[in-house]
Amino acid sequence: MADLLRPSVAIAAKDFLIEWRSRTALLSATVFAALVLVVFNFARDPASLSPVVLAPSVLWVTTTFAAMLTLNRAFMLERENEAGEALRLAPISPNAVFLGKYLANLAFVGVVDLVVLPLFVLFFNVDFGGVLLGLIGVIVLANLGFIAVGTLSSAMAVRTRFAELMLPVLLLPFLIPPLIGAVQATTRILAHRPLSELMGWLRLLGLYDIVFFTVCLLVFPSVSDE
Amino acid sequence: MPTTTLGVILEGIALERRFGASRVLTQVDLAVGRGELLVLVGPNGAGKTTLLRLLAGLTRPSKGEVRVLGHALRSTPAGKRAIGVVSHQTLLYDDLTATENLRFTAKLYGLPSATDRVNAALDQVGLRTRGEEPLRRLSRGMVQRVAIARALLHDPSVILMDEPFVGLDRASVNQVCAILRRLLDGGAAVVASTHDPALVWSLGTIAGVLVQGRWALYQRLINGDGLLARCEELVRG
Amino acid sequence: MIGSLAGSHRVIRNGMVITGIALAAMVGVYCLALLATPVEAHQGLAQKIVYIHAPAAWSALLSFSIVGIVSGLYLWLRDPRLDLFAEASADVGLVFSVGMLTTGPIWAKPIWGTWWTWDARLTLTLFLFFIFLGYRALRGAVQDRAERARFAAVIGILGMILVPFIHLSVYLFRTIHPQPILLKPSAPSLPPEMLRTLLASFGGFTLLYVGLVSVRYGLGLANEIREGGDAD
Repeated sequence: MADLLRPSVAIAAKDFLIEWRSRTALLSATVFAALVLVVFNFARDPASLSPVVLAPSVLWVTTTFAAMLTLNRAFMLERENEAGEALRLAPISPNAVFLGKYLANLAFVGVVDLVVLPLFVLFFNVDFGGVLLGLIGVIVLANLGFIAVGTLSSAMAVRTRFAELMLPVLLLPFLIPPLIGAVQATTRILAHRPLSELMGWLRLLGLYDIVFFTVCLLVFPSVSDE
Repeated sequence: MPTTTLGVILEGIALERRFGASRVLTQVDLAVGRGELLVLVGPNGAGKTTLLRLLAGLTRPSKGEVRVLGHALRSTPAGKRAIGVVSHQTLLYDDLTATENLRFTAKLYGLPSATDRVNAALDQVGLRTRGEEPLRRLSRGMVQRVAIARALLHDPSVILMDEPFVGLDRASVNQVCAILRRLLDGGAAVVASTHDPALVWSLGTIAGVLVQGRWALYQRLINGDGLLARCEELVRG
Repeated sequence: MIGSLAGSHRVIRNGMVITGIALAAMVGVYCLALLATPVEAHQGLAQKIVYIHAPAAWSALLSFSIVGIVSGLYLWLRDPRLDLFAEASADVGLVFSVGMLTTGPIWAKPIWGTWWTWDARLTLTLFLFFIFLGYRALRGAVQDRAERARFAAVIGILGMILVPFIHLSVYLFRTIHPQPILLKPSAPSLPPEMLRTLLASFGGFTLLYVGLVSVRYGLGLANEIREGGDAD
């Protein structure tokens, strides 16, 4: 386990350092997310739809699309100078590479979400009193599985022609279960419903996380192997 | 089986590689011992890069086997630890400094006392003073030297180089040759591919010419001057 | 090597014979459906489309399940024939999906009063269709043969695992928002004549899958061997 974690943490830390130097992916993803929030506000009829009704959908469409932007970056970085070859030459398991990229992606998407949440409160006039923790929990739960599939897909997409287009085409179908679950859970949390009404959705999200994280971790070596 | 001399640490046995239906390498045998340098030449598309990738364990052979230090390469992490690769790409991150790149390598290989090691490696390639600048700001020759430092950081006993001199000026070529000399004296086995064999000829102990995925010539260098001309002729076709 | 050209031609020929038999059987099924099966009381003649729609859906699901299983086998055994078979099955599955997705709304408009509804089964099949369009797009975008096979196999496996999740999530989604009775896709118990026609149609479509997939697999195999012949 330590053999898996040590190199993966090193890979994630390296990705963070590069991002800190260039700041391209995070900056563009957060600006994109902020713009989508603004666009959504004008893409509704203010007379018939109050912002609060639309809020859960807006939150999730915005964060998942912004996540997709940052996912592309993960393996694109390794294409420059073929640096990814050095990862394959090193005496580490390919699973450690997956885990490292996964951790980095989780953190990147987490940062984007952290920026989006206050903007969301600001633009959509949502009352977060007492529900913030629950909301963060749902965000984490929805991201865990989705980003596992995203990490795996982006490893493949960067090796294709039209990489930027290939990632959403592969990934969007896999977004459906976590998106439905997260929107439903968010709606109930914002309406201050009891936990029992959420449990079905939380279980679905948890199951998705466990199954897809495991499968992606296991099949990743066949993606990187030649 | 190739004739195994004492001290052979890198062996390729009947290597074959197909990509889909086309065959890139056929029946390639090689054996490189401690302190030996195989000069690998051949026309473009002859399979030099593919052969080096097989030897590095980056690509699986369709048939045959690579043995490093007497073990099948892909079976143990020990094989990977014994190999250092200089590719025609740098395998480095341009946004990071030389020190950061090498620190990352040290972590991947789980090397102890990383700071000292990184400093020593930068000294060896003469870049100690430029270690804190992002690679973007260094010249092509300097970055190539960092790439060599990366490949040698974990003290590999087998060193594989794919066109290590491309884009280097005369002074950098001499510097790389001096590093190679030291490595060979230290008992490393080296395979270096180049389209200009004259550059490393004085260091070479074996000449191998690949033409269309097969050895057109594979020979020990004893008095190698006439051989150099023949190699160059084979490369031109 | 993956086989001889003559062998692949034999596969194509057998596939065409099976396809021919399957098509003939389906003409028979449809005569049966139109002439010897009672007209459904509520739905009228529109119900006849079910004899195409349901079996097409079955064959599409069958195709995609086989893609998933064969993909897993490919990653394990690395036999290029398995990859060719998965590709063949995915293509045939796409054809059946188009059949299913066009006949569905034609039936739904007069019966449910709407072309489309986000019912669990509909959504599921729509997304299967999308996943395998992505599968096709991915195959087209990867140059290296072995890499293409590995990537496609990974998506094939993930797609198969995704199916129950989409079904479950959409099902939960729907049960929480109840729909008008008209839209409720309940399965009424069928009179024996209808059941017989439907089962015959399922048989015909399964046979059609076998025939089409053989032809497509044989074509892929022949193509692969011909390309190999040039290089060797």
